[in-house]
Amino acid sequence: MVIYGVALLAACLLAGLYLGELLGQLLGVQANVGGVGIAMLMLVLAGGSSRLQSLVIGASGEGVKFWSAMYIPIVVAMAASQNVVAAVSGGMLAVLAGVLAVLVSFALVPVLSRIGPQSPPLPPLEEDR
Amino acid sequence: METLRSVVQANGLVVAFLCVGLSVWLSYWLSRHFTRGRIHGSAIAIILGLLAAYFAGLFTGGSRGVADIGLLAGIGLMGGGMMRDFGIVSTAFGVHLQELRKAGVVGIVSIFAGVIVSFVVGALVALAFGYTDAESITTIGAGAVTYIVGPVTGTAIGASSDVIALAVAAGVVKSILVMIGTPLVASRIGLNNAQSAMVFGGLMGTTSGVAGGLAATDPRLVPYGAMTATFYTGIGCLMGPSVLYFIVRALV
Repeated sequence: MVIYGVALLAACLLAGLYLGELLGQLLGVQANVGGVGIAMLMLVLAGGSSRLQSLVIGASGEGVKFWSAMYIPIVVAMAASQNVVAAVSGGMLAVLAGVLAVLVSFALVPVLSRIGPQSPPLPPLEEDR
Repeated sequence: METLRSVVQANGLVVAFLCVGLSVWLSYWLSRHFTRGRIHGSAIAIILGLLAAYFAGLFTGGSRGVADIGLLAGIGLMGGGMMRDFGIVSTAFGVHLQELRKAGVVGIVSIFAGVIVSFVVGALVALAFGYTDAESITTIGAGAVTYIVGPVTGTAIGASSDVIALAVAAGVVKSILVMIGTPLVASRIGLNNAQSAMVFGGLMGTTSGVAGGLAATDPRLVPYGAMTATFYTGIGCLMGPSVLYFIVRALV
């Protein structure tokens, strides 16, 4: 059933956010530390576990896949609800700090990617959507 | 007219699905006909969203883009933190644990490198603009980390409210630039595999920026980047008001 997959997704997110909140309190910060990341790990583990197979195969899996296909539209809605005016009107200092931070970070991606075992590039994407 | 308005207002989320669906369709059409597919449809959709948010912000004076327009309030729900996180987690479905484990160490290194590098850049810009007190320099540096770390740090160490506003603005600039810039630089920085996506997420850290930027580059990279990015803000909030502040205070 589709709802089983959606419920599994919901359970992972709620548990992850809760653990992230606890981790934040433990570290004494006013933020959720990695809640979403923890939730993703749980979903990956659930997908690989044999006991939870009934929640991730067939129609149940479709329940999760639906949301992952809705991801880009959600990001578009997110972009449309950003405070773009604040970013533009923050003045030169804000723009410069933001832009330089991004440029330096971009430049570091290939440097750090060389550390450790390498992953092969993903196969080219078919343009069907 | 009144009836239509009340139907639209009572079904905000459904209206959002329709509006976003139409914008995505328009974006893919623009991508095919005007860029011959060179600029990805989702990148155009994100840019259209940001433009709409800009004009809506000018028009309403609010801080939540088109979500401040009564009839489009549902877009705020669809694009809010709850749905965003639900969507991000769902992308992890089908991710291979081996890939995550392989890039685990470098992923963690990149989170710390990302927080420190962005902080230093932001702090140097603050210095260049004539700020000399440790509180302002730290807060603006933290703003260059993310727009959440900036105000959290600023409030914790007692920075003035206009400096906190600047820090938020710097963070928002960063997040928007990552959304727009990532597909443009992706091939040049080798952003085409799981490992570089994890490094990318850790270095950039802004969850919205990484989510949008990777979605516009190659949706298959999203889970890897998002995994590291979601730890970034937490680590930033941890380091900003403590270690980083103490170092700045010792230096100025």
